[in-house]
Order: sequence, then C-alpha cells, then structure tokens
Amino acid sequence: MDELVSAGAPEFLADSGAPGGPGAAVATARGLRRMAGVVPFGVYMALGLGAPLVAVAIGAFQSPNGGFTLGNVRIATHGEYLHGFAQSIELSVVAAVVPGILGLLIAYSIWTAKRGSILRQVAITASGVFANFGGVPLAFLFIATLGSSGLATRWLTDLGFNPYQHGFSLYSLSGVVVVYMYFQIPLMVLVILPALEGLRPAWREAAANMGARTWQYWRHVGGPVLMPSFLGCVLLLFGSSLSAYATAQAMTSGTIALTPIQIGTFLNGNVVAGQQNVGKALGLGMVIIIAIAMGIYVVLQRRSARWLQ
Amino acid sequence: MTAAKKEGQLNVITLPANWANYGTIMKDFTAKYGIKINDANPDGTSQDEINAVNQLKGQSRAPDVLDIGNSFAVKADAQGILAPYRVASWSDIPASAKASDGTYYADYGGYVAIGYNSAKVTTPPTSFADLLKPAYKNEVAINGNPTQAGAAFAAVYAAALANGGSFSNIAPGVAYFKKLHQVGNFVPVTGSAATMESGQTPILIWWDYLLASEAGPGVPGLKIVIPSDGHYAAYYDQAISKTAPDPAAARLWEEYLYTTTGQNLWLEGKARPIELPTLLSSSTVNETAYKALPAAPSTTLTFPTQAQQAAAAVIVSAQWPGV
Repeated sequence: MDELVSAGAPEFLADSGAPGGPGAAVATARGLRRMAGVVPFGVYMALGLGAPLVAVAIGAFQSPNGGFTLGNVRIATHGEYLHGFAQSIELSVVAAVVPGILGLLIAYSIWTAKRGSILRQVAITASGVFANFGGVPLAFLFIATLGSSGLATRWLTDLGFNPYQHGFSLYSLSGVVVVYMYFQIPLMVLVILPALEGLRPAWREAAANMGARTWQYWRHVGGPVLMPSFLGCVLLLFGSSLSAYATAQAMTSGTIALTPIQIGTFLNGNVVAGQQNVGKALGLGMVIIIAIAMGIYVVLQRRSARWLQ
Repeated sequence: MTAAKKEGQLNVITLPANWANYGTIMKDFTAKYGIKINDANPDGTSQDEINAVNQLKGQSRAPDVLDIGNSFAVKADAQGILAPYRVASWSDIPASAKASDGTYYADYGGYVAIGYNSAKVTTPPTSFADLLKPAYKNEVAINGNPTQAGAAFAAVYAAALANGGSFSNIAPGVAYFKKLHQVGNFVPVTGSAATMESGQTPILIWWDYLLASEAGPGVPGLKIVIPSDGHYAAYYDQAISKTAPDPAAARLWEEYLYTTTGQNLWLEGKARPIELPTLLSSSTVNETAYKALPAAPSTTLTFPTQAQQAAAAVIVSAQWPGV
C-alpha cells in the first residue's frame, strides 16, 4: 500500500505543476477520471442494492391495486410473522456469536501453526470448501446423519443414547443452529485469518520485553487490535444466517417460523396469491434489522477504535 | 378434420415428453393425422403458458392449446383469453371439473394418497387416523412447505377433510399435522422420491400419480393407498387459446385426447384421466395401467372453489409455523 501511494505522488505533483491557464478544467477532468474507477461499482450498487431496496420499500406500503396502505406492515408485525422475526434474530445471534468464537479459536491455532505447513494449507482450503457448502445438499447431509433415522442417530441409539428422546430434534430451531455451524465456523476462520495475520510478532515481543504476561498482551494489545475485525466478522455471520433460506426450508418445511421462509411463501409459492407486498413488508423488516445490527457495530467499533489510540 | 390437416401444425406448450405420457401421445397424434406438433418450453409452468398466449398473440407460433393448473385456468378464463369448445364426450366430464361454457375442462389429475415403502412399513396404513399410531414414528412426510408447495397444501386439505374440516375449514388439517408432529411421527423435511428411497421418510403423502411415476421406479416396495377418511382430488385442465393460430388442429387435438385412446395413453403415463369412470364402465380401460394406480374412492368428485382455496391458504400460512 505504501509503495503505491509514493509511486503515485510524483506524477500528481508533475500534473498540478503543469503550466497553462485551464488548470481548473484539468483538475475537474482529472477528478472525473479518478472517479471513473468507481463507476462500475456505483452502477452495480445502484442496480443490485439501491433499486431493489427502493422497490421493496415502496411495495411494502402498497395495496394489491397500487394504493397506499399500512396493512402489509400491520400483518408483517403481528402473530406468526412477528414471531418469525424474533426467531430469525434469535437463530442468527446464536449462529453468529458461537461460530464467531469457535472460528476465532480455530483461526488462531491455524495462524500459530508454522507458515507453509501442510496442516495449515489443508485447514484453510477445507474452510473455503465448507464455508460454501449450503442449501438443500447440506440439509440432506444432516438429515441422513442426524435426522430422526439418520446414521449417527442410529449409532447413538445403539450406544443407548437416542438424542431424540433427550429433547434434541434436527427439525427444530436448535437443529437449524447446528446445521448453520457447519458453514458458519469455516466462514469465520476465513474472514478472521487476515486480521490475525495483521498482528505483528514485534508487538508480542515488545510486550514480552516490557514484562507483559500472555493474558496482559491479549487484554491490552492483541484483543483491542482484533476487536473491530472480530465484530465485523460476527456481523457478517449474523447477516449470513439471517438470510439463509434453502437449508432451513428443506429441513423444516416452514414448521418453525423464520422470516426468509415466510417471505418465500408470499413471493414464490403457488399457494398464497396476491399478497406479494406482505412479503415485501417482511423484507423491509429484515433490512431494518440489518441496519440496526450495523448501527450497533459502528458504535462498538468506535469504542474499540478509541482503545487503539 | 380437413381444416385441421390444412393447417398442418399444432402449437402446444410446456408438455414434457416424460410427463403423463405426452411423448407418446404427441407422436401418436402426428402419426394418425399427419399434423406436426411444435412443443414450446417443455419444462415451463402454467404461468408461462398464460404469458405466452398474451405475448405471442397474432404470431404463427403462439400456443394453440394449453394444459394448465386449475387455478391458472380460472385466471386465464377471467382474462378472456380462452376459446370455448365442447369435446364430443363433454357429458362424461363431471360438472364440477369443467367451466359450463367450455373454456376449460379437466384432463387428468389424481388424489392425495399415502405412499409407503412396504419393505420398511410392515403394517399398511390406510387412513390419516392410522398415521397417528406409534408404529409410524419418524416416518411420515409431505412434499414440502404447504404455504408454498401445492401438493403439500393439498395434503393438509385432505387431512382437514379427514378430521371434521371442510373445503371452507382447513384448520383441522393444520391441527392434525401438529398432532402428528407431537406424537413424533411427522418428519418435517421436504419429502420426495429421494427421501423415500433413502429411507428418511418411508411414508410420503403426495399425489397418487406422482407417487406412482416419480417414487415408483426407485422404491421397489412402493404401495399407494388413497386415505379412506380424506379424499382430495385435483385435476389439470385443457383449454384452447382464443387467439390460436391453428384453431381446427386445436379442436382435433382436444377430440383426440378425449377418445378412449387419448384417455388410456394418459393412464399409461400414470395420470388419472378425467373420463376414467367411463372407460371402466365401458370396459375399454387399459387394465395394466389402471392397476398401477390405487383404486379411486367411489364418491363423486368435488373441488374447493377459488375463494375457498384462497381463504384456506391464508389460514395455513398463519398457522403452519408452530406445527
């Protein structure tokens, strides 16, 4: 990064030092040219995020014949739909915090392994594969192993412990959490690893030279440096499990209330017709949940940034 | 028929060759009348058919005839895009399964049935009440989320009929599945031919003709029974487009489908043709094909109205989470 900046600097100086009147025009043109790089990204964001967001926000307040209504929002915030939001948040918090901590510990052990060692390579590659394994195939994998007549369930039953007689069910909220761990933990490993690599060995050595113990190093140096990344990664996991759809759908057929599945009922089913806008109201609710989560993240990050100063 | 031959072609839409025996049916029709069939978008949906009629209006490749889900037939009829036509055997189609003016009429369909793998399920279930017995622990599934999948919705409707509900009261069906879940028999995964084959859901409540055609090949011990306490049937519809470029060929096609040959060909494709009772009473039925499907109840066919279905869908989407 440093090199890029210093390489760019002389050119910039030469440019602004160029003689001639239309310096302002040149500056504007240069400003535009510099902006040109972000145009594709801007267009992508506008079409891929902005436009759908506006459509959802407008649709949420439209009746089927196009007039303004609060009816959709009223339906979306009552009864099973409110319950759906509550369970979605509950599921996502658990399926973000627990894999977040476990993923951090695993990433730490990978990081401490010798650079270039086979174990390290395998662990990173495997995380990449597992983090992208989801949807219906994942649901099937778990149904076949931990389902009520799954392989592992049968082994456990043979050993005298049938988990289904001790309150466990793969088809419940806790079952869905277990399945989400499968891709959330490796995802956490992948995203937190670069942050761990940002911890310079020199800091550790400096702390040791000043007589800091391990816990003191983590409390005053490593922890605060990692905190913003850790929070960002947990937020990513939260979003990832909040929006996951196919796995839970294939495993529970909607018997537990989850907002993404309820949205699916309104938008792509062939049973309920003419209530698409209730689905949009639910979608707007999810946008708001993510916005609040990001707000909390910003506040926490500011606080942890203060520790860094 | 001369007019049809002069047109020389017929545009059909969304007819997969392996669905309800359509591959054979189309070949046989062409061989018999020398009329070429163009099958557009074989894997499309009912909505795709309506869109094609509206968008291709006036073009020579616009669809002539439709094979369409009932609720979509009603919708298309309301849009006024269907031409009325009554086939020769019109009176053999039950009044509840056709539009009185002939804009659409049932072609084939089936009943909600209990399919089970007799290799794993040793006590044969015959009713919804049976399925609550402890013998079927962790065995019963339906084909998905009833707030989204039509077949699963139909299963809840059938369960309602078996438990004191009616076409205008589906709540007992939801309550039934809640009970089935509580006793530990209901496995809430998306049941399919694959979950039956792998043994995760040895019992699957689904359409009888889909059990026979989809699950049959992979599950050697498959037995299909229509529950004695809840009969729920649904049929697809035939319709001719009002803007059909080949209207005579379209009418000839409909007549062909409603002959003994056409009806038996559907039956051979494991779909239950609407005029099956006539085939049976006149002993013109293909016996082998008939035996592949479970015996239909002798009660007369009745269907919920669109309004009843819409009201039921609202109830199910509000009550299903928490089952």
